[in-house]
Amino acid sequence: MEPHAGGAQRNLDVERLRRQYLDMARIRAFEEAAAAAVAEGTVLGLIHPYIGQEAIAVGVCANLTRDDLLLSTHRGHGHTLAKGASPAGMMCELLGRANGVCGGKGGSMHIADASVGMLGANGVVGANILIATGAAQAIKMQGQDRIVSCFFGDGAVNRGPFLEGLNWAAVFRLPVLFVCEDNAFSATTRTEAMTAGPGPAARAESLGVPAVAVDGNDVLAVDTAARDLVAAIRAGGGPRLLVARTYRLSGHVTIDPAAYRPDHEVQERWADDPIVRCADLLRQAGLDDGTLAGDLDAARDEIAAAYRFAKDSPWPDPREAFTDVQDAGGPVMEEA
Amino acid sequence: MTPDQSLGQTSGQTPETTTEMTYGDAARLALAEEMRRDARVWALGEDVGRGGVFGQYAGLQAEFGAERIADSPISEAAIMGVAVGAAMAGTRPVAEMRISDFALCAVDELVNQAAKARFMLGGQVRVPLVVRQPMGIWPALAAQHSQSLEAWYTHVPGLVVVAPATPADNRGLLKSAIRSDDPVVYMEHKDLWKDTGPVPDGDDVLVPLGKARLARPGDDVTVVTWSGMVRTCVQAADDLAGQRVSAEVIDLRTLWPWDQDAVLASVEKTGRLLVAHEAVLASGFGAEVAATVSERLFGRLKAPVRRLGGPRMPIPYSPPLEAQARRTAADVARAVRGLMQ
Ligand SMILES: Cc1ncc(C[n+]2csc(CCOP(=O)(O)OP(=O)(O)O)c2C)c(N)n1
Repeated sequence: MEPHAGGAQRNLDVERLRRQYLDMARIRAFEEAAAAAVAEGTVLGLIHPYIGQEAIAVGVCANLTRDDLLLSTHRGHGHTLAKGASPAGMMCELLGRANGVCGGKGGSMHIADASVGMLGANGVVGANILIATGAAQAIKMQGQDRIVSCFFGDGAVNRGPFLEGLNWAAVFRLPVLFVCEDNAFSATTRTEAMTAGPGPAARAESLGVPAVAVDGNDVLAVDTAARDLVAAIRAGGGPRLLVARTYRLSGHVTIDPAAYRPDHEVQERWADDPIVRCADLLRQAGLDDGTLAGDLDAARDEIAAAYRFAKDSPWPDPREAFTDVQDAGGPVMEEA
Repeated sequence: MTPDQSLGQTSGQTPETTTEMTYGDAARLALAEEMRRDARVWALGEDVGRGGVFGQYAGLQAEFGAERIADSPISEAAIMGVAVGAAMAGTRPVAEMRISDFALCAVDELVNQAAKARFMLGGQVRVPLVVRQPMGIWPALAAQHSQSLEAWYTHVPGLVVVAPATPADNRGLLKSAIRSDDPVVYMEHKDLWKDTGPVPDGDDVLVPLGKARLARPGDDVTVVTWSGMVRTCVQAADDLAGQRVSAEVIDLRTLWPWDQDAVLASVEKTGRLLVAHEAVLASGFGAEVAATVSERLFGRLKAPVRRLGGPRMPIPYSPPLEAQARRTAADVARAVRGLMQ
């Protein structure tokens, strides 16, 4: 594993970084609004916030095109937004409304927007690794000029699909970027205590999949590392793994107080907030505080509007529960 | 209706002639035809490049190349999961599980992913794949190579479940399964690979999903069955004819969706139903058929509905033990005679 040089030595593209700042702010605002909506009772079920990990989705997706595909996890709002989905369609999905991206059938854990290549969050840890691998095989077989990105947590590397998927992707030299977001936790358990050996990068390299580790709270470092990995993949080099070290600033789900970790640890990690760090870089590049605060406000306004739109949106027709199951032998609603 | 007449319509060109071939060759032909017809169709699985465990892929890699007849690692979860992703991304994979027992290593990929992806994503994706899971008792291969788990998959919304009994159906149903936009669990019976039968000529003869086949006409009793038990039940019906019992044998062919109309029409005529399968009796698919017929035709039944299935035990190895897991023509005939009393 090569430690990846951060962006500091490179010429800074301020416009690009500012877009990423805004994208991170949109994700943060979305997650805060979603958590508030859970508290308010308008969003049901469980929400897994992406707070603290925004730089990873944004830095990676900055190197993807709309045609590239993305497979995500239970913690998938950030990836979906970064890939270009509309916050309104996503918020409608969280509120279970008819105009949600999945028509209200999936909710947070199955959020997806195929129109931007986002083929689904997933309720099963690790399952997306194999689906991403298969999508990459289809891309290769059809001679298409696109790649697949696949995000998963550090917990997923202890499931079989990590081995089976990376082995497969390497054997068939598939165009897929695996991204392991090491946020230190698997639900309420520290992943380190449950993971033997030197970690995901070493496991990947044992399968011949080159791996790069970055500071996942440094959006510039993620962007730079992803750019090189994506270039290698597009050039036909086969799969790559990006290991992004980060920290899950919120509970596992919004209702998790995360009492299993000391407050001071969390406080220290808040000092490493990727959005604050990005703001610092932009300030060094000459942007003023007013501009930076304005971006945060713009993000919050956009998400607040999306939430209002969702609250005013209609519920799905109950008959919709019976559609999209299967063509042959699908369910039929009994007439009352 | 005449024997071997489809209760449903056979689509495509009407065949004038037939060719005798094995159940295995019929499937091989079907896959080759569909791969020639549609460049998006491909197959993946262990050892398929050398023809597959039962020869059902023999010669295909030579024609279609190693990318479309793709050998895989021994990674059943990956074979299935890759098929799901590849189906979402525009291809039509045929995933080979070697035998249905090994498909249990890929249940998440099939049940949680393939079956539900279209629904969970509100119709944004389709998962047009076929997963082949050879089922049934494989003589002397014992408990982990012999199961009949078709009922499990009929319980999962999103899946189509097919269990062909004849060479003609193995060609026509596999072709329909490959053309289906739903994920299809395709369960060939391991004891049928070498069975021969007439297969209609012409490369576009499909057997529709969800339509039963009248395997043998009769008037007194309806015997509903599928897969390896079809020939057993036809044998029993032939034997019973000599005892002046006329049994009608219906081969369901597709278990989900199953041809309720055909079964109900037959039982309306005969007033008696036996459902027979090789799978364990308890919670077998026979229970679904029996319950449906009882609910719909209770007043017209001349006898309580009967089921025949395997004992609830793992398939044993030693021949005299293994025989206890099998249901024979004599067992079927006995059950039918019981209905006639
Ligand atoms: C196969 C499976 N087992 C258990 C769960 C329950 N579960 C949901 S998220 C989670 C923790 C996952 O940790 P990690 O992969 O590191 O991702 P993170 O939540 O940290 O983003 C668990 C155990 C699940 N969804 N799927």
